[in-house]
Amino acid sequence: MVTVLYFARLREVLGQGSEQVALPASVRDLEGLRAMLVARGGAWQQELAPTRPVRAAVNQAMAMGDVPISDGDEVAFFPPVTGG
Amino acid sequence: MTVRVQSEDFDVSTEIAALRRGNPKIGAVASFIGVVRDVNEGDAVAEMTLEHYPGMTEKAIEEIIGQARGRWSLYEALVIHRVGKLRPTDQIVLVVVTSAHRGDAFAACEFIMDYLKTRAPFWKKERAGGGARWVEARETDDIAAERWRLKG
Repeated sequence: MVTVLYFARLREVLGQGSEQVALPASVRDLEGLRAMLVARGGAWQQELAPTRPVRAAVNQAMAMGDVPISDGDEVAFFPPVTGG
Repeated sequence: MTVRVQSEDFDVSTEIAALRRGNPKIGAVASFIGVVRDVNEGDAVAEMTLEHYPGMTEKAIEEIIGQARGRWSLYEALVIHRVGKLRPTDQIVLVVVTSAHRGDAFAACEFIMDYLKTRAPFWKKERAGGGARWVEARETDDIAAERWRLKG
């Protein structure tokens, strides 16, 4: 299982701030997890589509594409940041 | 280096005094304060809510300060960023840097702020006019951060 966190607009639109996701053997990296979530359809497909400006972090470090993930990791998806 | 993410306001004089205390080698203190404006994208802003990613936000800012330390000669660096509900004229963020000379202090302070805007996980939601909306990231902030990379 990995912990998947959603922040800001994504948290609101997807209706949850965090969930536990079981990783099938075929999902080994960030891109794979994102594709798996997109395959849920609906808001997931719309919000996490590759064309959307979604940022991600693995274990609290900014991450992209083929960064590997495995059981126990904390993965987060969020919009581009707007602090300061 | 000190990083604080908090809902409470901060007092600049108190923070600077604490940062300078006991170091007579400091010759320059540069600070930046970000403040909530009452207008954005042409709409009157009544209130905003700042959300962050507890844990990662602090780490991201510490990393930015670490990079600044690698580029300039600094004594101390402090970043305070507020979260929760804020109103126009409220202080949002404070960056203070101390060094021997002003060049390093000015540059590091601006660098930390430019990187924070594009790399530290905070999100603003504004209440303006009839409804609430998430603030969109600005391309000008990316350009401001990119500038430092080009400077090498």
